[in-house]
Amino acid sequence: MTENPTDIPSDVPAGAEESEPAPLTIDQAIENLQGSDLGLRMYAAWWLGRFRVSQSDAIQALISALEDTEDRTEAGGYPLRRNAARALGKLGDRRAVSPLVQCLDCTDYYVREAAAQALGALGDSSCSPHLLNLLQQPGEPETQTDAPMPQPYDAILEALGALQATDAAPVVKRFLSHEVDRVRFSAIRAMYQLSSTVEEAHHYGEMLMQALSHPKLQLRRAAMADLGAMGYLKAAEPIAKTLAENSLKLIALQGILEHHLQTQPNHEISDEAIAVMTLMDELL
Amino acid sequence: MTDSLQTLITAVQTADSSTKLIGSVRQLAATADIGAIPTLIDTLGYNNPGAAVAAVDGLVAIGEPAIPAILDQLDQHNYTARSWAIRALAGIGDPRGLVTLLGAATADFAVSVRRAAARGLGSMKWHWFPPDVLEIAQEEALEALLFAATQDDEWIVRYSAIVGLQSLAIAVRTTYPQWNQQITSQIRAIAINDECLTVRARCIMAQRHLSMISDAQPPASDGRRSFNLEDTEWQRIMVQLYERKQKERQAFPEGDPQRFRSIAADLRTR
Repeated sequence: MTENPTDIPSDVPAGAEESEPAPLTIDQAIENLQGSDLGLRMYAAWWLGRFRVSQSDAIQALISALEDTEDRTEAGGYPLRRNAARALGKLGDRRAVSPLVQCLDCTDYYVREAAAQALGALGDSSCSPHLLNLLQQPGEPETQTDAPMPQPYDAILEALGALQATDAAPVVKRFLSHEVDRVRFSAIRAMYQLSSTVEEAHHYGEMLMQALSHPKLQLRRAAMADLGAMGYLKAAEPIAKTLAENSLKLIALQGILEHHLQTQPNHEISDEAIAVMTLMDELL
Repeated sequence: MTDSLQTLITAVQTADSSTKLIGSVRQLAATADIGAIPTLIDTLGYNNPGAAVAAVDGLVAIGEPAIPAILDQLDQHNYTARSWAIRALAGIGDPRGLVTLLGAATADFAVSVRRAAARGLGSMKWHWFPPDVLEIAQEEALEALLFAATQDDEWIVRYSAIVGLQSLAIAVRTTYPQWNQQITSQIRAIAINDECLTVRARCIMAQRHLSMISDAQPPASDGRRSFNLEDTEWQRIMVQLYERKQKERQAFPEGDPQRFRSIAADLRTR
């Protein structure tokens, strides 16, 4: 477990949110977002997403921030655009879809990544062809020195899966043999969601479950997160037994539980739900 | 100390990789031998989460004989080791850990520590307490768990507090039926009001569980009625509990609405 860089028990999520003061009012945050102080603008964009401020002027200000040109990193990135895209992904307003699609052409890898994630979260499948297009584009590595891959493949694949973009399945499938493990996992997760039959879905679910015993902790963590996001009920017990932090197992099991509850009439607490919670109780 | 135990301890002390360390701590922990205590305690401070988890499991398996060493560890100024030690205390449920867990469940800055402490408060070995200490001990546990269940920002801490309240409700069912009722009505309210679906679901599970427990059923027990603590030690625990209660009063002075927050929340649910 040398991969773990923290000096606190790794069970402690690295969330600053706990101690995060909330000194802003909604009006102040919107004003700061349009002001001249770059630091305050970044914070305001994050803050509006964190506190789910979905009123119209906040959305408009965040959409405008997607075109910001003042805040630049040395490597050529647009940090404010990244934060604005992430916030828009949390606010559920589909007016953001078209501006976020524009961001898929941004030269900053991390803006493209944040935009793909936000589009997946917003659930408007009209953007699927653009995501599919990006998946097949070579990318521009020469313009950005800190990009890990030509394209944020994992984010794009996950968005296509979340958007049920069944047309994309043949292209997504090609990523099942991608050299980067994280990308491969995202492709499996997307294929699970794009499966046309139960048998096919199980095939991909089982494939990801095997990764729970991968020798690398980071990949076991990633597999747990993916199985949790997929809501793959059969993975509940294997996740509880995986060698990883309890806090991450609990989050994955929460994903499975809530996914399951949402398929039940009136969120009925089924025997399966009780079984998942019993596993969770043991991990507290 | 047996040779094989010494071999396992040496393996922990000489492990030259993270994987070897985790493996050898796990083997040592599996012995549940009191001779392993000092080495397991040392492991809590190694900044290796995998090894620390295994060491906590070992200390929990050893149980009460490990308590003095764990409490010593709490006095050291190593935050990481301290938070793992609290988790061991939560797992053992020994009365000497109660005051630490009360503080940790409501005020520790690490989510995982609050989570473990809340669970631990519910699964205290209440039957080990002498009657005069039991009342204030359970009252303070109730207060801390209700606070965590309704006020904590993190869903997992609220979830854990519900699990703790479920256990506490069973423990006080025949002795303090009014507290049992208070817990039941709070859980009913949280089942409707919590923003997190998982917390609401756990409340419904707790409600079902509590309604199935019949009055004829005695509280869970490991068969031991009492516990050999020195009178002075019980005295110390009691003094600490009263100090804590006193501080709560001072923290929310007369007239401060927060002081009545739990009472108000309780009234709302009736």
